[in-house]
Amino acid sequence: MTFETLGWQGLVILVVFGLSLLIATYCTYAERVIAAFMQDRVGPDRAGPYGLAQPLADAVKMFTKEEFFPGGASKTLFTLGPCLAMTTALMSSAVIPFGNAMKFGDTSVHLQGIEVNVGMLYIFGVVSLGVYGVMIGGWASNNKFSLLGAIRAASQNISYELAMGLALIAVLMISGTLSLREITLQQTNPGAWHFGDIFAWNVFKQPIGFIIFLVCAFAETNRTPFDLPECETELVGGYHTEYSSMKLGLYLFSEYINILVVTAVMSVLYFGGFNYPFQYEFLDFLSNKAGLSADWAHNIFVLMGVVAMFMKIFMGIFFFMWVRWTLPRFRYDQLMRLGWTILIPLAIFNILLTGGLITTGIIK
Amino acid sequence: MQSLSNRAKILEKKPMTLAERAYLPAIFQGLSITLRHFFTKKATIRYPEETRPFSPVFRGLHVLKRDEQGRERCTACGLCAVACPAEAITMVAGERKKGEQNLYREEKYAVSYEINMLRCIFCGLCEEACPKAAVYLQADKMAPPRFERDEFIYGKDRLVEPVSPDTRSKRGIQLTAEQADKLRTQLA
Repeated sequence: MTFETLGWQGLVILVVFGLSLLIATYCTYAERVIAAFMQDRVGPDRAGPYGLAQPLADAVKMFTKEEFFPGGASKTLFTLGPCLAMTTALMSSAVIPFGNAMKFGDTSVHLQGIEVNVGMLYIFGVVSLGVYGVMIGGWASNNKFSLLGAIRAASQNISYELAMGLALIAVLMISGTLSLREITLQQTNPGAWHFGDIFAWNVFKQPIGFIIFLVCAFAETNRTPFDLPECETELVGGYHTEYSSMKLGLYLFSEYINILVVTAVMSVLYFGGFNYPFQYEFLDFLSNKAGLSADWAHNIFVLMGVVAMFMKIFMGIFFFMWVRWTLPRFRYDQLMRLGWTILIPLAIFNILLTGGLITTGIIK
Repeated sequence: MQSLSNRAKILEKKPMTLAERAYLPAIFQGLSITLRHFFTKKATIRYPEETRPFSPVFRGLHVLKRDEQGRERCTACGLCAVACPAEAITMVAGERKKGEQNLYREEKYAVSYEINMLRCIFCGLCEEACPKAAVYLQADKMAPPRFERDEFIYGKDRLVEPVSPDTRSKRGIQLTAEQADKLRTQLA
């Protein structure tokens, strides 16, 4: 890797970092508006046009609140909790391929923070670290509700990581690689008829695996119907009961970034990442009919892929919010039973099925 | 056990079907319901920008009418004050002096006329009681909120409608076009 490409990758990482913060900011707004719309209300519309400055107002509110330390709490760990949650949440988006490689003369810039051939493992590792933020914060609060919430978060994440991992093994069996970029590039079929390109997406090869992954994604991000760690009716506020000011803000923020990451991973693994229908026709149109140079045609084609990727991410985020305002919360024993006695056996069955289908040559 | 009323209904706990146990069909049903609500028209009226339309029979802020020559109709007979169940109306009567014929319609008039909008229940009985068609409750105006209690006592300065035919209240006896023209020339 030359110095120049290193600079380019640094720029990409900065953009990804900024974008994930921006999207997480507007997730708070989107969540409120979507909740309101589904409850026949209009939601925040006072701050700025359509209430678009609402996240700003929320941030100002968060920053000006009293910074509270509960008595008997360990100050260091209490501060470390939200920092860790935020850091791990932001770290995981580094390996996600948001787009294919762009070409500027001789240099080619991959629209991906770091290209590693173990991207999938990296994400898993960082996401598992995320539970430490919750765990440390809940424990350091010196409050039994916080501790209960933290323990719930930890056991829930561990249980569902298992089923999620097993669901992913089936995807890896098809793709034969852990690199997220490679997995994306495999999910296209240049020879297929125009719209048929989407049938190369893994979701059509792995429907059971996708559903398992989706359910686990909800549990991993502590979203309704699995938001037991912050279950208001039982645990006041769960692991962030004692948190106030921007430390609470960081926890809430990291939750949205986690959603962003998990939907990004989902679109890479199952929905073809930056592939989009009619892409080869589009490239053909750009380079042959629109009269652009090969580089420009390629770059526009790649940028459309980025747009497609973000469309998929936004749809995923919308789905997460849609589910949140539809389903009631699970009971804790139901959650554990679903994880251990249904999803894990189903995931193992899915692996066997995939193996069988690969050996018989039905899917490749 | 035999039930006493013979109306007891025996319920059987049926085992759930596979579709019910899988829970996913129920989830999709729920999702479709919330999505339907997502696109329904919202009932919210965004208040300062939009206002709820008043009913044509709405009883709002009072007005003291003038006649077709711009004279106050009220003669301070006190019937409205007697009719008022909330005792919100007080007035002081006075005798019209010479040269005030263009101000007051009758020989007796209200020197002061006050309605306490905090007492008033906007029942409209004053409007019914008035023999001179002088007091009306407007359908398009309300007593606005204020910070001080004494600001809710409306005197003649805020109750009597303007002389000009163009800014008169829409309630009560209206001027004919002819009368309005006459009044305009009189004012000019």
